[in-house]
Amino acid sequence: MKKSVFLGTVTAATLLAGMGMAQEGSTLAQVKERDELNCGVNTGLVGFAAPDASGNWTGFDIAYCRALAAAVLGDPNKIKFVPTTGQTRFTALSSGEVDVLARNSTWTYSRDTDLKLDFVGVNYYDGQGFMVNRDLGVTSAKELDGATICIQTGTTTELNLADYFRANNMAYTPVNIDSNAEGEQQYMAGACDAYTTDASGLAATRAAFADPENHIILPEIISKEPLGPAVRHGDSNWGDIARWTLNALVAAEEYGVTSRNIEELVRSSENPEVQRLLGTTDELGAMIGLDAEWARRAILANGNYGEIFAANIGEQTPIGLARGLNAQWTQGGLLYAPPFR
Amino acid sequence: MTDIRATATPPFRLSMLVNDRRYRSLTFQVIVFILVMAAAWWLIDNTIRNLALMGKSFDFGFLFQRAGYDISQTPIPYTADDTHLRASVVGLLNTLIVAVLGCIAATVLGVIVGVARLSRNWLFARLMTVFVEIFRNMPLLLWILIVYAVFTEILPPPNAFRGDEASAGMILFDNVALTNRYTALPTLAMTNDPGSLDLGARITFNWATIAFVVVLVGGWIVRRMIRAWAQDVQDRTGDRPVTWWKTLAVMTLPSLFLIWFFGLHLEAPSLQGFNFTGGLNVSNSLVALWLALTLYTAAFIAEIVRAGILAVSRGQSEAAFALGLRPNRTMSLVILPQALRVIIPPLISQYLNLTKNSSLAIAVGYMDLRGTLGGTTLNQTGRELEAIVLMMLTYLVLSLIISAGMNVFNARVKLKER
Repeated sequence: MKKSVFLGTVTAATLLAGMGMAQEGSTLAQVKERDELNCGVNTGLVGFAAPDASGNWTGFDIAYCRALAAAVLGDPNKIKFVPTTGQTRFTALSSGEVDVLARNSTWTYSRDTDLKLDFVGVNYYDGQGFMVNRDLGVTSAKELDGATICIQTGTTTELNLADYFRANNMAYTPVNIDSNAEGEQQYMAGACDAYTTDASGLAATRAAFADPENHIILPEIISKEPLGPAVRHGDSNWGDIARWTLNALVAAEEYGVTSRNIEELVRSSENPEVQRLLGTTDELGAMIGLDAEWARRAILANGNYGEIFAANIGEQTPIGLARGLNAQWTQGGLLYAPPFR
Repeated sequence: MTDIRATATPPFRLSMLVNDRRYRSLTFQVIVFILVMAAAWWLIDNTIRNLALMGKSFDFGFLFQRAGYDISQTPIPYTADDTHLRASVVGLLNTLIVAVLGCIAATVLGVIVGVARLSRNWLFARLMTVFVEIFRNMPLLLWILIVYAVFTEILPPPNAFRGDEASAGMILFDNVALTNRYTALPTLAMTNDPGSLDLGARITFNWATIAFVVVLVGGWIVRRMIRAWAQDVQDRTGDRPVTWWKTLAVMTLPSLFLIWFFGLHLEAPSLQGFNFTGGLNVSNSLVALWLALTLYTAAFIAEIVRAGILAVSRGQSEAAFALGLRPNRTMSLVILPQALRVIIPPLISQYLNLTKNSSLAIAVGYMDLRGTLGGTTLNQTGRELEAIVLMMLTYLVLSLIISAGMNVFNARVKLKER
């Protein structure tokens, strides 16, 4: 009898320990307690996320992470970048290894629902394209029948490629690769005739070549690829913070708030929308569990959406992407931040 | 137990659980058992709880959904419209292909290197030592990447074969093209195609293939019967009849007849559009993976073979030499059969290692089980737990089958104690 009492105690203690470890807090509380934001990024895609010569991560997606870190923790450098491949990214997010995933990931139905992610918006409207060597003499994706095509495994592009070639009754041989760097190497070695990924990724990859003028991006865009940051499903408050940080950057551009004039606008702006955005009137920050100046810090981190775009991937950079669909709605683009009210 | 109680044992006290030798082992076993079960329970409970927290279920329904992605090497017919299950089977077959090829090549190379390392030729033996130490002491992944990089960087792309002044040429009478994507081999074609046996699920076997298998297996059985007959004659009369031409005829003539009957011939690949078509394109990822697995595992097998040979007592070879056997006959008839007893058990582990190591295929984009079920399928469906569990079980079953088969072989060669 006493033996079973002893064993029962051991079991109960183990169970209690188990339950204690299984407990979880909200993402915001975890990030604040850790005093560091874990951000899942690309392993290396110039312009979007890549470490520079001195090891600092820079890029379009990086800038979003920094803005979020600034909004939540008050410092754009309180951040840990976790490089993820196309294969590991969603697992990294759902397992809690990263708090937010900003890694040129396409917002799709099944990812939003079945994968239990929440995409918080679109930070780049993209589409899948093909890059070929000029020497190949190909001017259209329709001429790629029988070609060998390099493709990053675990991406939506893999499915689009299969669909596109079937729809056009063409054959191809896929060469599956794990990262953009490997794709670049295979493509340069001629192990594949064409490299396919999002058009922005192709432009970024081409910009890193020694001879970018010898490679052309074919005119066909075969899919819609709305790229955006994602968070885990189920923590709506954290999702709100991530969503409205992105919206704040977009709205700031729309209202002409830049990293240079923001201090002045905080003091002197007469526009009520700007006042609410910058936290000088109303207490919008408190509604998402942050202080009043959260959006101010997010914009100060790297500037508004337009500044981030121009600094990392815009026409003045080697990547040279035009705003196109990614212009403000007032400029004929698709960027449209809901009102800050 | 009742007897012990009858002899007036002292009344049971709690301290006896630890201090009394009759109970102590039982106590510790129960404690360990409980701890193990508690740990397992904790892991499972935690998993279920966390899955529920994320709103995810645990079911394998995704296997029957449309896969939607293409695979470059498909041993059975497969299109993007097929299910994830079929994609996983394609991956499993690709794993088996590289594992079987690797095991065969690694064994052949390993035995040669292991024997050669014991050679009396100083230079030869030292070269083999260098081979073993180089391949055994560097990570396999590096070897796979190096071999693959060598293939893609050094060999010419297919369009180098184009035109009248092509910078690259095909070898072996214009039958084989080595490119940086694949090795284009000629395929076997038939003028009298007998059609195929349909096994359902779009899996077919050509009747000609079946005919060849039947003829080869039959020839092998007849060869054994001829040898048994020769042995019988030798035992009775002391003279062994000449059998080599009979066995040779049994093994080759039916096959030659089939080749003539079906009109079997080679069809060389030709460059059309971007790639070689009409032949069999063996992708460099397969060749690189196979070569790296072979070299790496062969280094270990060489050491096992060497150990096995050294385990055979020196007196055995001296006795064989005294009987006038030539060195190669001594090796094949006296030493290797005895060494096999030592070699087979660790060889099983090497085969298992090679099979499991083949899951590094993803590094070179070879779509094995890890690449399909554990790669694209896992990623597109988000069923991490299910895919990983399924993959672990598959590798487990695969390993158990290999080890069961090798154990049967081991039972046949091991020392028979009578």
